[in-house]
Amino acid sequence: MLAFTLRRLIYVTPVAIGVTVVCFLLVHITPGDPLTAILPADATLELQEQMKAAYGFDKPLPVQYGLWFWKVLHGDLGHSIATGRPVATEVLRAVKNTLILATVATLIGFTFGTLFGFVAGYFRDSWLDKLASFVSVLGVSVPHYWLGMVLVIIFSAQLGWLPPTGAGPDGSGDWRPDAAHLRYIILPAVTMSVIPMGVIARTVRALVGDILSQDFVEALRAKGMSEFGVFRHVVTNAAPTALAVMGLQLGYLLGGSILIETVFSWPGSGFLLNAAIFQRDLPLLQGTILILAMFFVMLNLAVDVLQTALDPRIKRG
Amino acid sequence: MSTPPPAAPLVRARNLTVDFVGGARPVRAVAGVDLSLAAGEVVALLGESGSGKSVTLRALMRLLPEKRARIGGSITVDGRDVAALGRRELARFRGGTVAMIFQEPGLAFDPVYRVGDQIAEAVVRHERVSRKAGRARALELFERVRIPSAETRLDNYPHEMSGGMRQRAMIALALACRPKVLLADEPTTALDATVQIQILLLLRELQREFGLAVIFVTHDIGVATEVADRIAVMYAGRIVERGDCRDVIRAAAHPYTRGLLASRADHVFTRGTRLATIPGAPPDLGALPPGCAFAPRCAQAVPACEAGVPEERPASATHVARCILLRPPAQADAGATAAA
Ligand SMILES: Nc1ncnc2c1ncn2[C@@H]1O[C@H](COP(=O)(O)OP(=O)(O)OP(=O)(O)O)[C@@H](O)[C@H]1O
Ligand SMILES: [Mg+2]
Repeated sequence: MLAFTLRRLIYVTPVAIGVTVVCFLLVHITPGDPLTAILPADATLELQEQMKAAYGFDKPLPVQYGLWFWKVLHGDLGHSIATGRPVATEVLRAVKNTLILATVATLIGFTFGTLFGFVAGYFRDSWLDKLASFVSVLGVSVPHYWLGMVLVIIFSAQLGWLPPTGAGPDGSGDWRPDAAHLRYIILPAVTMSVIPMGVIARTVRALVGDILSQDFVEALRAKGMSEFGVFRHVVTNAAPTALAVMGLQLGYLLGGSILIETVFSWPGSGFLLNAAIFQRDLPLLQGTILILAMFFVMLNLAVDVLQTALDPRIKRG
Repeated sequence: MSTPPPAAPLVRARNLTVDFVGGARPVRAVAGVDLSLAAGEVVALLGESGSGKSVTLRALMRLLPEKRARIGGSITVDGRDVAALGRRELARFRGGTVAMIFQEPGLAFDPVYRVGDQIAEAVVRHERVSRKAGRARALELFERVRIPSAETRLDNYPHEMSGGMRQRAMIALALACRPKVLLADEPTTALDATVQIQILLLLRELQREFGLAVIFVTHDIGVATEVADRIAVMYAGRIVERGDCRDVIRAAAHPYTRGLLASRADHVFTRGTRLATIPGAPPDLGALPPGCAFAPRCAQAVPACEAGVPEERPASATHVARCILLRPPAQADAGATAAA
C-alpha cells in the first residue's frame, strides 16, 4: 500500500508541475503588461525599466519561471497588489474557510445523498424511489445561488433565525467551530450541499440497483442471511464508489464555490478569486488558482488511494 | 430434531406452479410440477434451456422475487410447509435445511469479501457461534473439499481463485450448516472438462458421506446417469417423464425424452454427452397450449394431444410419462404407480 501510494505520488508530479507552468503563464498571457496595473499611467520609461528589472520581467521566460518556482517552493507567492499582504497568507486563510464550508456541505450532502440513494435503490419504482429521485434531480438542477437567495429571504429576512452573510459575528474572517460561528455556516452549507446530495443520491441509487441485481445477493439469501446481513454486503460493495464520488464532489465544491461564497460573502477562496479578478490583483489571482489546482490534484490522488485501499479487486499494481 | 416418518419424502412439491407477473404479460415458467425426494436420494433434473429447472429449484427455497413471482401448489420440505415459513424460520431453513450450489461460482460470492469470511458468516448466523469458531469450521470444510493450502486460501477474495477452486469453495459453503437437501443448479457447466469430473466425484463422495438428498440440474445425460438414482425430464414447466434413472434412459417413453436421447442410438451415455437438439422451438411460456406443450414439435402427435394436459401414465415398471400414446393406467402394471 505504501509503495502504491508513493508510485501514485510520482505519477502525479508531472501534473503538478504542469499546473505551476500554467499558473505562471497566466500572468503573461493576460492582456496588457502585468506592470501597467501597478505603475501610474504617467510613469517614465526609466521607471518602467527599473520596475521590470526589479520584478525580473527583463529575463527570459524560462529563467523567470525558475525563479518564480523556487520562490513558490519556499512558500513565497508574492504580495497582493490590493492589500500588500503576502498572497500565501491570504490564500491559505481563504482556502481554510472554503475547505470548512465545502467539507460541511459535502458531509450534509453525503448523508442525505446516500440515504436517498439507498432508499431509492432498495425500493426501486415505488413512490419512495420517485420521491427520492425527484428531490435529487431537483438538487442538481436548481441554480444554487438562486436557492441561496431564497433561503436567505426565508430564514434571514422573514424569520430572522440565521445571519444572511459572513463567516462569523463582527465580520470575522476566520470560521471557528463554536456556537456563534455555527449559525453563520448553516445557510451557505445547506445551499451548497444540494449539489453533492443530488449527485451522490443518483450514483448510489444506480449502484444499489446494480448490486442488488447481482447473483451473489441471491446466494446470500440462499445461505440464510437476514435482510440486514444482505444490506451490509450491499453497503460494503457500494462504499468505494460512493466515497470516490464524495471525494470528487468535495473537490468540485472547493473550486466551484464562487457563486455561493459571493451570495453569502463567505470569506473563502471563491470570494477571494472574485475579488482578485475584479481588482486585477494578478499575484493574488495566480496564487489562488495555483493553490486550488494543487488541492484538486492532491484530492484526486487521495480518492485514488482510498478507493484502492477499500476495493480488493483493484490491483495495487 | 424430529425425523419424518419413513413414508414421507424429505422434499415434496405438489402441483407447483410459478407465474412471473409484472412483464408485458404473465409468464408461466413452472406449470404443475410434482416432485418428491427421499433422504439420501439423488434426482437429476434434465431439460432444454428455459424449461423451468432453475425456477423450480428457486421455488423450493422461496428464493424467487416475492413481488414478481406467484407461486401455486404446495411445497413441503422436512415436514414443513415452505410457503408458511415466517421470516426467521425461512432464514434458518435456507442454508440450514436446504442449500444451493450455483452454476457460476464466480458470481455467487460477494467480490469484496474474503471467501473464508463468507463461509464463516453463514456458520455464525446459523449456529450462533463466535467468528473464530466460524473460521475454524470454514477451514475444516476447505480441507474437506480438498482445497490445497486451505489456511491461506481462506483469505482469498473470489477473484483470486480458479473456477474449480471457487466451485469447491461454493460446495464448502453449501455444506457449512449441515443441510439435508442440496440443490445443485448445473454445478459443473461453467468448468473445464477435467475439473468437471473432479467436482462431480467430490459431490458424489460428499453426498454419500453426509447422506444428502440432492436435486441435480444438468444438461449432460452422462452426468445424470452417473450421479442420479432417478431422473425427471422437464419440458415447458412440466415434468414429462420421471422414474428410475436407467429405465428412463433405456426405455424412454415420451417423444420429447426420446428426442433428447436420439443422439446416441446405443443408449450408452458417457459424460460429456449433451442433450440433442430437437427441431422446432420451445413454446411461448406466456401462452401455453391447452394440451401437451410438446405436441407442436412432436412427430407422433395426434389431434387428441391438444385436448388437455396428459396425465402421468406408467411407461415401465419404474417410471411414468405424460403422453397419451401410452396405455392408460388401468391396463398397466400395478408396480409402476409406486415409481417416482
Ligand atoms: N425472475 C424472472 N422473471 C421473469 N421470468 C423469469 C425469471 N426467472 C426465469 N424466468 C423465465 O422462466 C423460464 C424458465 O427459466 P429457468 O431459468 O428456470 O430455465 P432453465 O430450465 O433453468 O434453463 P437453463 O438451462 O438455461 O438454465 C424462462 O423462460 C425465463 O425467461
Ligand atoms: Mg437454469
